[in-house]
Amino acid sequence: MTLLPFLAAGWIFLVGLYGMVTSRNLVHAVGCLAVAQSSTYVLLLAVGYRRGGTAPVFADIPVGSTVVDPVVQALVLTDVVVGATVTALLLSLVIQIRKRTGTLDPEALTGLKG
Amino acid sequence: MTRNTRTTVFLVAAAVLAAAFTWACTGLPRFGTDTHPYGDRAVRAALAHRTANVVSAINFDQRALDTLGEESILFAAVLGAVVLLRRARDEDRADPEPRRVLPSTRLLGAALLPVTVLVGVYVVAHGQLSPGGGFQGGVVLATGLHLAYVAADYRVLRRVRPLAVFGALDATGAGAFTALGLAGLIAGGSYLENVLPLGTFNQLTSGGTVPLVNAAVGVEVASGVIVLLAQFLDQAVEITSPGHAGPVQNTGGGAPGNPPEAS
Repeated sequence: MTLLPFLAAGWIFLVGLYGMVTSRNLVHAVGCLAVAQSSTYVLLLAVGYRRGGTAPVFADIPVGSTVVDPVVQALVLTDVVVGATVTALLLSLVIQIRKRTGTLDPEALTGLKG
Repeated sequence: MTRNTRTTVFLVAAAVLAAAFTWACTGLPRFGTDTHPYGDRAVRAALAHRTANVVSAINFDQRALDTLGEESILFAAVLGAVVLLRRARDEDRADPEPRRVLPSTRLLGAALLPVTVLVGVYVVAHGQLSPGGGFQGGVVLATGLHLAYVAADYRVLRRVRPLAVFGALDATGAGAFTALGLAGLIAGGSYLENVLPLGTFNQLTSGGTVPLVNAAVGVEVASGVIVLLAQFLDQAVEITSPGHAGPVQNTGGGAPGNPPEAS
């Protein structure tokens, strides 16, 4: 089943999306966004896997050993950092929404206020 | 749109997406494939620059310009959170009361705080050799300091974490990264070029500019996360809104109860 790791990534993405669509709480929605985003980590790492490969760090393994693709790992690191900052920014928006409107339910936030 | 319609629309869209995604995955190289042209080249380039941790070599040497962008995102997000969570005109700042802490918690926190900070510094400093680096070590450093909050109280945390200093350090880290790029431009001819002597493979000083960029990132991430967490802690502990007896409590997504007047 060589497709399974990729499909797992797709599944995580859809689960996160489902959570966002049905969410009744903005903090929960931000958490679901983080879940949906984490699917990209799984997908990237699955793409970069090499059978029998180890971590691409040559400090304690001989040069020339089989290692997994380091490029996607570097991309995942970028992904994690950006994900964390986006979550932080969204949560600060949620705090402001709660303060200004007194609710966290996205369905109760209807009218635009100036 | 009612909740049911929305869920139905989502399920239809999800089914289409799932089918298209599965079909697209069948066109990907096999899982665990031996063909990784970029990976092989990146490993060769990292070893040529005598950097044992290939992921660090990619982040701080080969793709350093991308990391500068990522760094700027982090910096901008911290700035954004500081602006969003600043004290509003109608809010007051209350001094938090010290709470009783179990002696065992206090002892464990006091013993672990220096150890955690040391581990953070170690992870940052060995970014070019072992798994880790500026980003990971920076987060360890920042969260390690918050043991002071867990083990003692907010006022102790405020003393070990002078916010003005860390705000300045955050900017210094981001600026140092940019300056290292300019140094590469002046000495080597291209921005962020690895111009320093490469050193001996698998030594602390190997990798040319990698350890320096790594340290700049470590300083920036650590102080950025500290400033970020401070904003959230301020909201939870210090800032009181009108219409609430204490700090804003998250009551979950229930019915809107007692909404304070929107400005």
